[in-house]
Amino acid sequence: MKNRKNIYLGSTLLMGFIILFMTGCEREVSDDVDFASFSNNPNVFIDGFSAGLEYLPFGGSKLDAFSVDSEVKYKGSASMRFDVPNFGDPAGSFAGAIFPDMGGRDLSEYDALTFWAKATRAGTINEIGFGNDFGENKYLVTRQNLRISTTWTKYTIPLPDPQKLLAEKGMFWYAEGPEDGDGYSFWIDELKFEKLGTVAQPRPAIYGGDDIEVEAFINIQGKIPDAGLTQTFNLASGVNETVIAAPSYFTFSSSDTDVVIVSELGVLTPIGVGTTEITATLGGVRAAGSATLEVKGGFEFAPIPPARDPASVISIFSDAYANVPVDFYNGFFAPFQTTLGGAVEINEGENIIVYEDLNFVATEFKNPTVNATAMTHFHVDIKIDETIDSADFIAVELGDFGPNAAFGGDDDSSSRITFDSSALVSGEWISLDIPLSDFTGLTSRSNLAQIFFISDATISGLLVDNMYFYTE
Amino acid sequence: MNQINLYKMKKRIIPKRYSYFQSNLAGTLSGFLCAAVLLLNSGCAVDDTQTVAQFTEITLQDEFDTDGAPNSSIWGFDIGTGQNGWGNNELQYYTDRPENVTVNNGVMVITVREESFQGSNYTSARLITKGKFEQTYGRFEARIRVPYGQGIWPAFWMLGVEDSPSEIWPFIGEIDIMEMRGQDPTTLIGSLHGPGYSAGEAISKEYVLQNDRLDTGFHIYGIEWGPDYVNYYIDDVLYNQITPEDLPEGSEWVFDNDFYILMNVAVGGNFVGSPNAETVFPQTMLVDYFRAYRYSRYPLTN
Repeated sequence: MKNRKNIYLGSTLLMGFIILFMTGCEREVSDDVDFASFSNNPNVFIDGFSAGLEYLPFGGSKLDAFSVDSEVKYKGSASMRFDVPNFGDPAGSFAGAIFPDMGGRDLSEYDALTFWAKATRAGTINEIGFGNDFGENKYLVTRQNLRISTTWTKYTIPLPDPQKLLAEKGMFWYAEGPEDGDGYSFWIDELKFEKLGTVAQPRPAIYGGDDIEVEAFINIQGKIPDAGLTQTFNLASGVNETVIAAPSYFTFSSSDTDVVIVSELGVLTPIGVGTTEITATLGGVRAAGSATLEVKGGFEFAPIPPARDPASVISIFSDAYANVPVDFYNGFFAPFQTTLGGAVEINEGENIIVYEDLNFVATEFKNPTVNATAMTHFHVDIKIDETIDSADFIAVELGDFGPNAAFGGDDDSSSRITFDSSALVSGEWISLDIPLSDFTGLTSRSNLAQIFFISDATISGLLVDNMYFYTE
Repeated sequence: MNQINLYKMKKRIIPKRYSYFQSNLAGTLSGFLCAAVLLLNSGCAVDDTQTVAQFTEITLQDEFDTDGAPNSSIWGFDIGTGQNGWGNNELQYYTDRPENVTVNNGVMVITVREESFQGSNYTSARLITKGKFEQTYGRFEARIRVPYGQGIWPAFWMLGVEDSPSEIWPFIGEIDIMEMRGQDPTTLIGSLHGPGYSAGEAISKEYVLQNDRLDTGFHIYGIEWGPDYVNYYIDDVLYNQITPEDLPEGSEWVFDNDFYILMNVAVGGNFVGSPNAETVFPQTMLVDYFRAYRYSRYPLTN
């Protein structure tokens, strides 16, 4: 009993403190305090802007592409009209805008954004949806390539998971460019959220529904690609409707959180050696697709190049030096090139070039061309992670565009140095320092514009880093 | 409710309905119809003589409470592809394998698979009660969740038992309690087939769910069948009545003898068209129960 009394006493004392504290506070909590509640107004644009709705065009878009049209409408007194510019229109290269209600709305009782639309010609709206608020875009929904016709037709964009949309600002957004260079107009009317009751059979997917295998490296983050995050519903029409759904609709998980942890935005952070499977659910439904991440250890970067006087180096690709303008690291030359890949940011400020299915590939830097007459060497670091067979080789070729500083014109020259299998080692960075004088076929190096890597498919995967010309 | 021809029903025999439906009826049918039912219940018939049908006595029920193969004393199987895909150019091969039909967790599951099997690209199952359970008149109902998708064709239906081996469809009669096109997930179809009114000429009615679909949950599909009518129900909604008057001039009402039950999911064929890349496989039809009730009637005279 005594203990109990003490406890009571303690509570009373505590209460006293609280009361003292409360009464000592200038700002009291009102009896009227209530949780914030958001409008559940389903209407976006019926015959005019719904309460709170704003129009904010994208930068670079034709700012006056949107207007309210009282002549052409599906129903009522007005519709939304969108005038897509012609190619080359100085007013803007595309039509695009968001229509937010910055007060936020509770859309949790609806299952679709619906509207009627028609156009002056059959067209394909590049992107249309909701959830874009020029802020976090946390619950962005994008329907890509929506086909519209010249007759009024009703369209349905399903809500991937209405339960997430308790305070949504982005009511509607779209982006559309010219069709084959030509502008056109389309109209949208009766734009609103609805509870159709027929949006069913959800089939979410990550990685586009594919089960992929990825090699990952400790502390080098990756991200589940947004473009592969989709939600598909079967509509009353029997049509399967697929939208791209923002990562926040999904709940991601990693089967081994000692290997990789995954954030709610789909950022993957490898923290230990091992293998883990990344999966997801949306609205309690398991998403199709997964990634099996194998983490073998940290990423092995190429040796960091020595500090040099900027005047003694012309860097094409390096994190150590300032690079000259480069047009591309993979020209995808049709029809003979098979090589895929290009520059990849492995980590912030740490870039390498990754080539796959290599037969040949070019890096091009012709704007402007490079004058390397004062340089003595070409340096590059390469890494081959596959086994090296005796017939394997890598050739490095330099191309000079000649006095006209352009491809062709009978003034170009090029020269290649081949490294056969005896010069190559698998699984480690190979640093090549090639005297420019060895490129004997190069009649000039005052207009260098191309660096080729050639394997004729003997070597398929190639990592490249630190391409630069220098003088000792 | 606009699906029901109330005027037509007023003229006809209105069967007294067993309690489950009766209680729901008041809430769903119009006040006029409601009043008529209540009159019958109180015994105060408006005509000199009324026939009141009752469907209270269960003659067969399968609640699918035993895991494994369906109860073989009730259900047999059609196996294979039939003649010309069961007369409709259907694409599936029917089996009795557990991959295609099994009872699990209180439901019977018919699974449609996309697989190469005996020369067909799809497998499924078709259960029949022929020779095991056959009945004339009565209430027949099943609680079903249907599959969906282009080219998927689930059905719960009845065929007449042949008088002789030479009697063939459509002379035997067919009552389709439930069928739907998987690509049209809101539309239920109930039909009657007989000589002169079969296939595309069947006496048929579509019932479209508003703000709901057939494939997202269980619905009770039923008929109440008496000597000169078949009433069609989904859940507590009576959406059609077919009587001899609805038949084409001069054609015969062939629904006064024993019929048996069929449940199946077909793939492709004339009625639904083929599946396409958008069709999701496998598809499942879940059957929570099947129940049959005896038809009994009581002439009332005032």
